[in-house]
Amino acid sequence: MKTAKKTRGLKILLYAILIGYAFITFYPFMWALAASFKPLSEITSGSLSLISEHFTTEQYDYLFSPESGSMFIQWFLNSLIISTIGTTINLFLNTMAGYSLARLHYPGRGKIYYGILAMMMVPTQVLLIPNYLIITNMGLLDSYWALILPAAVNIGNIFMMRQFFLSFPRDVEEAARIDGLSRTGTFFRIVMPLAKPSIATQAVFVFMAFWNNFMSPMLYLKTQSKFTLTVGLQMLQKADQGGQMWNRVMAASILTIVPIIILYIIFNRYFLQGVRMDGEK
Amino acid sequence: MTTSKPQASKRQMEEWIQGYSFLAPALLVIFVFFILSILFAVYLTFHDVNLIAHTYEWNDFRNFSNLLTDKQLIRALQNTAFFALIVVPAQTAIALIMAYVLANREVKGKKFFRLIYFLPTLTSSAALTLIFMFIFNQNGPINQMLMSLQIIDSPINFINDTEWTLRVIMAMNIWSTVPYFMTIYLASLVDLPHSLYEAAEIDGANAIDKLRFITIPYLRPITTYVVLSGIIGTFQMFDQAYIFSGGTGGPVNSTLTVSLLIYQYAFGQNHQMGYAAVLAILLAIIIFIVTRIAEKLNGGNGIENS
Repeated sequence: MKTAKKTRGLKILLYAILIGYAFITFYPFMWALAASFKPLSEITSGSLSLISEHFTTEQYDYLFSPESGSMFIQWFLNSLIISTIGTTINLFLNTMAGYSLARLHYPGRGKIYYGILAMMMVPTQVLLIPNYLIITNMGLLDSYWALILPAAVNIGNIFMMRQFFLSFPRDVEEAARIDGLSRTGTFFRIVMPLAKPSIATQAVFVFMAFWNNFMSPMLYLKTQSKFTLTVGLQMLQKADQGGQMWNRVMAASILTIVPIIILYIIFNRYFLQGVRMDGEK
Repeated sequence: MTTSKPQASKRQMEEWIQGYSFLAPALLVIFVFFILSILFAVYLTFHDVNLIAHTYEWNDFRNFSNLLTDKQLIRALQNTAFFALIVVPAQTAIALIMAYVLANREVKGKKFFRLIYFLPTLTSSAALTLIFMFIFNQNGPINQMLMSLQIIDSPINFINDTEWTLRVIMAMNIWSTVPYFMTIYLASLVDLPHSLYEAAEIDGANAIDKLRFITIPYLRPITTYVVLSGIIGTFQMFDQAYIFSGGTGGPVNSTLTVSLLIYQYAFGQNHQMGYAAVLAILLAIIIFIVTRIAEKLNGGNGIENS
């Protein structure tokens, strides 16, 4: 009787903590969402009600209509293009490098591996200025390649793919070779499809990093029509210095989150797998 | 016998070629944007950079001697250290406790809680910062709530007040990093044998005892990883301070972090890229030293581990 009462009390405490923290987490998003459907006058008057008395989708209509001068759709597409191309390149380069370092034998492999690992310790700030000068000298300023090329590989993911291929069964490749596939053919037709779970894990995190990146687009992109969503959002905020158009900024912020949430729901298990691999280092 | 030997070396040659060619594209990127970049950064520290004329002028170590008289740098270091000192312990503790609670067998609806908790990790710092600026603005929900609860009489200018702005950024940083670290802890807690808890319960341990004597010691290696990642993250904090202050580090340098200062020197009006490169390397050295110390401390006092 006593223990039953105790576990019940514990249960209530557990749920109180969980729900309380869920509320803290959701609170800012809840207000952002609410504000995006309100007219500006209602926001500046500081009402404490979440549901608007004058519910309106005018800000979403504005963002989605190019006639109003909104570049939101353009920015959205830019982010999508950069993230997709950047992720695709990463997947091939990281996976091939990881495979090479795990599976193939050639002189200097060990040294190259440790050399690459050492690069993981270098903070981005050190690379920021020289990379800017290198990109400028390559004539890539204000182009998408300025965002994609320096991030075309991810050393953490090369490491992760190497770990994966170290425990990948050898007979699969040998069987494919006996069937007459070339070495390269074996890799692209047999090995890569079998590595799909690891590649998917890489993909979600690399895509998210490109999509959410703020510093590089801010540094490299000069033309407004080339902006990504993250810098575009700042433009929306700055454009209305007189009176902050919080409803518009919040509507745009919400819209930038939606694709990643969809990605999360679809690829949920790969997100968790990625965190796991990170944590096991 | 005689034919098999060239055969073997031909196979070996093929493997070499494949090995190098698979590695080559990644290595090329790493060479240009990492190795060359680091060497370039070191070169820059000894030079004055003129971006328009494309000249690099030797400046007799002036970039280094400037370090000693830079008041902005001292302010940025103070802000960054204060930021890390509050944020790292807070994010680690909250993440650990939340993981412990969420891993409890009695809890149902874990997937739902995880989705909610993970939202900040999925959101870009650009959008998050704007959302926080909105809820903390003078007419925003936080001020309204505090006023209706009669905690304050008049709205606080959280976004532009030397007392408050860095603290709001701290709160946001803790709030947005906890879920990721919590997930790392959770991944490891899955492997903790439940029989340990059961044994402790027989000995009369309550939930706090179990957390203190089983969970925390068990998670110690993960905690080291979380603390190190936290230090690296907080020392490099840029986006949030930049957006909150519109790039200035204001009000009155109260949100100036080392990363923001590096950015200002390199890409601001003066274009002191050489000096900014010195600061970047200094930051790298500081991060290296602090993480080593934290690692020693966390691994060193393993009293409960025995």
